Amino acid sequence: MDISIVSLIATLIVAATPILLAATGELIVEKSGVLNLGVEGMMIMGAICGFIAAVSTGSPLLGFCIAALSGALLSLLFAILTQYLLANQVASGLALTLFGLGLAALLGHSYSGIKPPSTPKIEWFGLSDIPVIGPIIFNHDLMVYFSLFLVFVVWIFLRFTRVGLILRAVGENHDAAHALGYKVIRIRVLAIMFGGACAGLGGAYLSLIRVPQWTEGMTAGAGWIALAIVVFASWKPWRLILGAYLFGGVTILQLNLQANGFDIPVSYLSMAPYLVTIVVLVIMSADRTRASINAPASLGKIFHASS
Amino acid sequence: MIRLEPRPDPSNIMIGLTPIFAVIATMIFGGMLFVFLGKNPVDAIRMIFWDPVFGEHAFYYRGQILVKAAPLIMIALGLSFGFRAGIWNIGAEGQFIMGAVIGGATGLALYPLDSFLVFPLMIVMGSIGGLLWALIPAYLKIKFNANEILVSLMLVYVAFNFLIGMVTGPLRNPDGFNFPESRSFQDFPSAHNPELWAGTGIHWGVLITLGMVIFAYIAITRHIFGFNVRLAGQAPRAAKFAGVDPNKMIAICLGISGALAGMAGLFELTGPAGKLTTTFPVGYGFTAIIVAFLGRLHPIGILFAGLLLAITYVGGDIIQSQLSLPKASIQVFQGMLLFFLLAVDILVNFKIRIGKGISK
Amino acid sequence: MKLLKTLMTGAALVVGLGGVAQAEDKTKVGFVYVGPVGDFGWSYEHNEGRKAVEEAFGDKVETMYVESVPEGADSERVMTQMALDGADLIFTTSFGYMDPTINVAKKFPNVKFEHATGYKQADNVSTYSARFYEGRSVIGHIAGHMTESNTIGYIASFPIPEVIRGINSAYIAAQKVNPDVKLKIVWVYTWFDPAKEADAATALIEQGADIIMQHTDSPAAMTIAEEKGIYAFGQASDMKQFGPKARLSSIIDDWAPYYITRTQAVMDGTWSSTATWDGIKEGMVAIGDFSNDIPADVQASAKALKDALSSGATHSFTGPINKQDGSAWLAAGETADDGTLAGMNFYVEGVEGEVPN
Repeated sequence: MDISIVSLIATLIVAATPILLAATGELIVEKSGVLNLGVEGMMIMGAICGFIAAVSTGSPLLGFCIAALSGALLSLLFAILTQYLLANQVASGLALTLFGLGLAALLGHSYSGIKPPSTPKIEWFGLSDIPVIGPIIFNHDLMVYFSLFLVFVVWIFLRFTRVGLILRAVGENHDAAHALGYKVIRIRVLAIMFGGACAGLGGAYLSLIRVPQWTEGMTAGAGWIALAIVVFASWKPWRLILGAYLFGGVTILQLNLQANGFDIPVSYLSMAPYLVTIVVLVIMSADRTRASINAPASLGKIFHASS
Repeated sequence: MIRLEPRPDPSNIMIGLTPIFAVIATMIFGGMLFVFLGKNPVDAIRMIFWDPVFGEHAFYYRGQILVKAAPLIMIALGLSFGFRAGIWNIGAEGQFIMGAVIGGATGLALYPLDSFLVFPLMIVMGSIGGLLWALIPAYLKIKFNANEILVSLMLVYVAFNFLIGMVTGPLRNPDGFNFPESRSFQDFPSAHNPELWAGTGIHWGVLITLGMVIFAYIAITRHIFGFNVRLAGQAPRAAKFAGVDPNKMIAICLGISGALAGMAGLFELTGPAGKLTTTFPVGYGFTAIIVAFLGRLHPIGILFAGLLLAITYVGGDIIQSQLSLPKASIQVFQGMLLFFLLAVDILVNFKIRIGKGISK
Repeated sequence: MKLLKTLMTGAALVVGLGGVAQAEDKTKVGFVYVGPVGDFGWSYEHNEGRKAVEEAFGDKVETMYVESVPEGADSERVMTQMALDGADLIFTTSFGYMDPTINVAKKFPNVKFEHATGYKQADNVSTYSARFYEGRSVIGHIAGHMTESNTIGYIASFPIPEVIRGINSAYIAAQKVNPDVKLKIVWVYTWFDPAKEADAATALIEQGADIIMQHTDSPAAMTIAEEKGIYAFGQASDMKQFGPKARLSSIIDDWAPYYITRTQAVMDGTWSSTATWDGIKEGMVAIGDFSNDIPADVQASAKALKDALSSGATHSFTGPINKQDGSAWLAAGETADDGTLAGMNFYVEGVEGEVPN
């Protein structure tokens, strides 16, 4: 058996980063009590807008910024629908996905087959030459480290800041939070936009670094995986990393096993990541006390001040 | 200052008018989109909405609208029960696939038996296939409180990979030069789901779907089950006191939607699709969710919503070939339609009040 | 109902005939694509063929196309639509369009259909395909010379005869010049999924491949190869802009000659149902420019091989070749016949691994 564990881990980190970014954003959204199923739509909008920006200006960094902005703007549509027009969150999220996929395909129509400016890997002064740890930890591009940093920031935000506490309060009991004078709708809209920005970043990572190219429908379900990972993580930031890397790992593993000549029925192995996600979901949810402590109690419920 | 004031009762006028508002708004914004793409908006809108129903080749298109609408409506009917009760089956696509695979496998196993029993048996097996696939998230929700949205969704990908495995392996057509697809049901008359009247597009699936609409209407409005479903959705605690068992509700609602999705899959397989291939799933399970909402979860509404969406699909193909517009433009159009409908929906339950002042 | 049926058929005939009448003024040619024309692979090249038809015939022809048409009922509808709109000739460019093409052809006997890579014909349905395996021989030959790790990575889509032919052909040619060469194959079960193709390329590179070949449609693998500093071959289109340093050469689908010929035949009234399987000789399979990284002698021998395939002096599958299990297949000097090639479902000796299912 000849699988290089080191490069396997290094690759899975790259594979997992888009999902991690999107999931981190969705975590905040759900903590505020909103279920946004439109992650796929926001991711792909980020992918194309970031791509267009990067190709037009030659700067991948600018591409990422624009991607975040476009994700946030698209999520604003969702925010208006669900927070001001009191529409059903599930349907609105799905509408967002459909609209986002279509709009992205439309925008990207003339951008197929173009190569984006490449994003350099960070040089850590030769640290990446250390065997084993080197390639795994020190040989990545900026966004990988940023995704981990983002998780850290979100953790601090939720755990130690006042605003984070208010966000959690809104998610747990929006009526009580409203009674205390907190602007429930405003907080949720901001959370939704943050989620949109993160999903946009995740999408741009796909089109600018991971593949890197633009193709219609290139997210291929990554948005849904991100949603699953939030539940998997019991809405705890650090567990997001575990979930994302696990999922990325299983996906990459099956390709490596194949390339190594293992004659495994390919399609059954491709099922593995999804089955694993279900199993973990079940385990996480089965512990009812733990699960119920972590799931925001107002998740998915419509809030209207006068009702 | 614009305020929203709740109405004492949902406005019936608005229930009827809002879909029309949504369609008009979509036409306007869609028109702007087409202008932006450099095409004549009137032509485009006409090709999407008018041509399929009344245009030059509408004699053909009308049948195609029925073909396209039937699976959407059938799946949406099943989903509507669950959605009313707050049970979110997002994995209808997976149930659609499994219904087709299991029903189709039954038929292929019996090839080339010539008996009128083959087709009904396949329908039953297809429904069972979808039903069982939907019962997985149901069981996991009942037993472990696992979120049915995510489980049913993950199972879509599992089902899709299962399809690929079947089609490249056990179900592969032995006379098919090794291509990853099953035998064509066109070659198997007892199992074929043909157009019953040439040019109309009506196959068994269409007829049964229409029957299902009536059936669902009776169930939701007149049957105690329909009442319980509506109650469970609107007032869960009251439902519990009334003796509605939430677990049973979960199982039945997911089961119904799975069975109908599976049945739709079987009809689609033996009729319009013709054989099992790796590209068999085209997203009906997801589009049906939109149809369900567009139809306000009501059987008659779903019927019209399904037809409307089917028209946009057929019209979408027309604008592609006539105006050289990309396929994505119709996706955006459909997304807009749903957005606007969700947006104007609020008018049903709320009045818009402009200006300050205390409401009387 | 019978009246309706008669009316329908009558209507269809009238429109079909009307289409023929229109041929006097403009010949309408329709194209149905399975993927987006921006895929820079399969559908892109078919569209280039369409553009060539437009250029060749100018005002005498009008083309229309629909992209990303799923196989099954949707494709039948699109084809019917085109026929109703007066198309005289319709190219359906995916294997999965086979039954729909036959069905629609029955309803429109005066419209000519050309189905790519299929095997069912009718009076008004022709089939056409390209001998891509000839191209594989040439790039296999180059790869055998250029590999230093003796591992060639192959990204395969579905285990169908066409793909297996390509694998075998590439291996045979590579092994001829480099007996130690090995193929590592990854099945991605899709024709077009850049992310998956990129992952597959990465996995193969990690497992030691220093040359990548693909039988999928996107330039993702080429992009990864460029990034990691190894070599790859373009597939269906040249893909040079994705791998300026990585691209050694490519197999290019050139449908233009065939499309122009067939359109001309319709215009002249000489069209008849044929089954075409053209290769390098007829120009359907083109080999991309050789990269400067290829040493001059290899370039010469590759060009010689290409010319030999073109003239018929060499055949990609010439014995002695055994099947993977060791049993004899082709005797010395014997060449494989088209029938065996069309249904190929076995690896030749030396290729490791099993054909899935």
